[in-house]
Amino acid sequence: MSLRRFILKRLLAIIPILFGVSVITFAMVHLTPGDPIDQMIGLNPDITPADEAQIRARYGLDGPIYEQYLTWMSNVLVGDFGEVVYSGRDVSTIVIERLPETIALGIFGWVFALGIAIPTGIYAAVNKDKFGDTVSRFVALSGISIPNFWLGLMLILVMALWLGLWPVLAPSRLPLYHPEMLWFLILPGVTIGTAAAASIMRVMRTAMAEEMNKEYVTAARAKGLPERKVVLKHVLRNSLISVVTLAATLTAGIVSGSIVVEVVFNWPGLGREFINAIDRREVNLIMAITLFTGVAIIIANLIADILYAVLDPRIRYD
Amino acid sequence: MTDTQNISAGRGRIQITGFDPERVTEREPLSDWTEETGTGTQSRWKRGFKRFVRNRSAMIGVIVVSIMSLLAIFSRPIEFFGFVVQPFAIAPYDPTTILYLQDPTVNVYDPPSSAHPMGIDGSGRDLFSRILYGGRYSLSIGFVVVGLTASVGLVYGGISGYYGGWVDELMMRIVDTIYAFPGIVLALIIVAILGGGYWQLVLAFSLFGWNGYARLVRGEVLKIKQNEYVLAAKALGARDRSVIFKHILPNAMPPLLVLASLSIGTVVIGVAALGFLGLGMPPGTAEWGTMLDATRETLIQGPDGQIPWWATIYPGMAIFIFVMSMNMIGDGVNDALDAQETGAGEQAGGV
Repeated sequence: MSLRRFILKRLLAIIPILFGVSVITFAMVHLTPGDPIDQMIGLNPDITPADEAQIRARYGLDGPIYEQYLTWMSNVLVGDFGEVVYSGRDVSTIVIERLPETIALGIFGWVFALGIAIPTGIYAAVNKDKFGDTVSRFVALSGISIPNFWLGLMLILVMALWLGLWPVLAPSRLPLYHPEMLWFLILPGVTIGTAAAASIMRVMRTAMAEEMNKEYVTAARAKGLPERKVVLKHVLRNSLISVVTLAATLTAGIVSGSIVVEVVFNWPGLGREFINAIDRREVNLIMAITLFTGVAIIIANLIADILYAVLDPRIRYD
Repeated sequence: MTDTQNISAGRGRIQITGFDPERVTEREPLSDWTEETGTGTQSRWKRGFKRFVRNRSAMIGVIVVSIMSLLAIFSRPIEFFGFVVQPFAIAPYDPTTILYLQDPTVNVYDPPSSAHPMGIDGSGRDLFSRILYGGRYSLSIGFVVVGLTASVGLVYGGISGYYGGWVDELMMRIVDTIYAFPGIVLALIIVAILGGGYWQLVLAFSLFGWNGYARLVRGEVLKIKQNEYVLAAKALGARDRSVIFKHILPNAMPPLLVLASLSIGTVVIGVAALGFLGLGMPPGTAEWGTMLDATRETLIQGPDGQIPWWATIYPGMAIFIFVMSMNMIGDGVNDALDAQETGAGEQAGGV
């Protein structure tokens, strides 16, 4: 099977998954007892059942559940996620407004993770079982064990309160593309990227140590290639494949990590919006963000699969 | 072991007596002998256990987890229907007692002292007692959730992998769909639906958490079912149920065990994260994550200029040390059972 057919097949395979994701999202949220309408009515005793029915009809919350699902889905497909009851704003506007903030955080986290993990992983594998390896393994183990929200709190405590390097909260929200915002991106970005960095480092170390024992490495050495070239050109390239396999899982980790970390650092992204939406039972907003998360992870998985197939010619496309 | 058993078990095996591999001081450098091949006739589990016990960091993990569990159990007395099951109390104070009501010398956010080794929290409660007691929630939820999800995943993956065909196709589509959501997002929504509380949290992490195990077990089963002994069992007329549960699933256990031991930490962090977001246990509960939630505002504002660092550092430290020890155990299990090639060790980690 050619690569193009493989990609096409994978693309077709995600259609039922996307459908399943939308069903789960919808079903879970609509099992919630008490929607924002109940909250509105609870505050106002004068509302008659007739008024209630009218309000429900306005927000598409009447009718049997499958009908609601079909209405919702057909609206979603044309980009209409409904509106937020609390403020009357469009859900899609909110998502578009918040999304860049979360993406910026995620990209920073990824860059930080790769920047730390790949050199450390190489170092640990080359110096396997020596002191430096032991130390870096211990640090990596701490990295996957530390709760990200606590790491965030500790960074605030040490960096902002004790050392005073950062103000605790950004003094004013400059637009995201402003260069000064990069400084305020560092603490939350590091918090999000730490777990990923630690996982990549562990996998890099194992994969490289395994590759080092293979025969082509001996062959390359026997040919008289300098060790540096053997490691960086031959071993590293083959070890990176296992990092790619991990990439999809880590993207999911970064997406879910952003929820908690945005709350810790009061970062105005989708994650913080999600928690607010849960507090206020904003059904439409919860569904939109959950759906978004699901789709993002499906795409990440797809890209990882394709990259894996491209990078490793031994993989059969089936 | 009696003599008759010995004979029947050793039948057909060449036994060499009078040769003790321990005494050999020098070996041919090209020989394949290692300590492991020397004990090659031992069962996989026995060998794994031996290797695990010899792993120093894994044993440190076991010790720390045991100590933390014991401290949690013996922190306050446990009663069942009026009967005192466990009378000891290591924690000096009740975790929910507001101390300044009884003792006027205690103030909110008193720093650590000899009477209160970890200080006083924002509501005037003894932090040390709360942290000891808090282990009960985090640890038990972690173990219960992993036990439940691993069992469901084992059965689900076993059925899916064994039957194959459209059954497998359908069951794996469901798994793929759940796989598209990060666990914490689903848990957040479930807790939002059901409200906070102990069993709600267990459900929140169990309802979809079996997904990873199911995937792993299915992959293993696909490999195992090609073995001749499975064919032999079928040829002898064994029912599907007994082939799956007696012949296939026991062989899928090692990678499952690795993933399970590495997942306990992930669940504990998840539970704490929900507590931190104010969606876990009811506010005021001595659960580690919930304790951090209360300190978030005071960390930044700080009553009269001081920063009550102890209220943030200690609960988080408790989570961190527990999860770290659990991961050390998980790594040890992974090395001992040699399950690396299954990739089980790579799936865990992060929330």
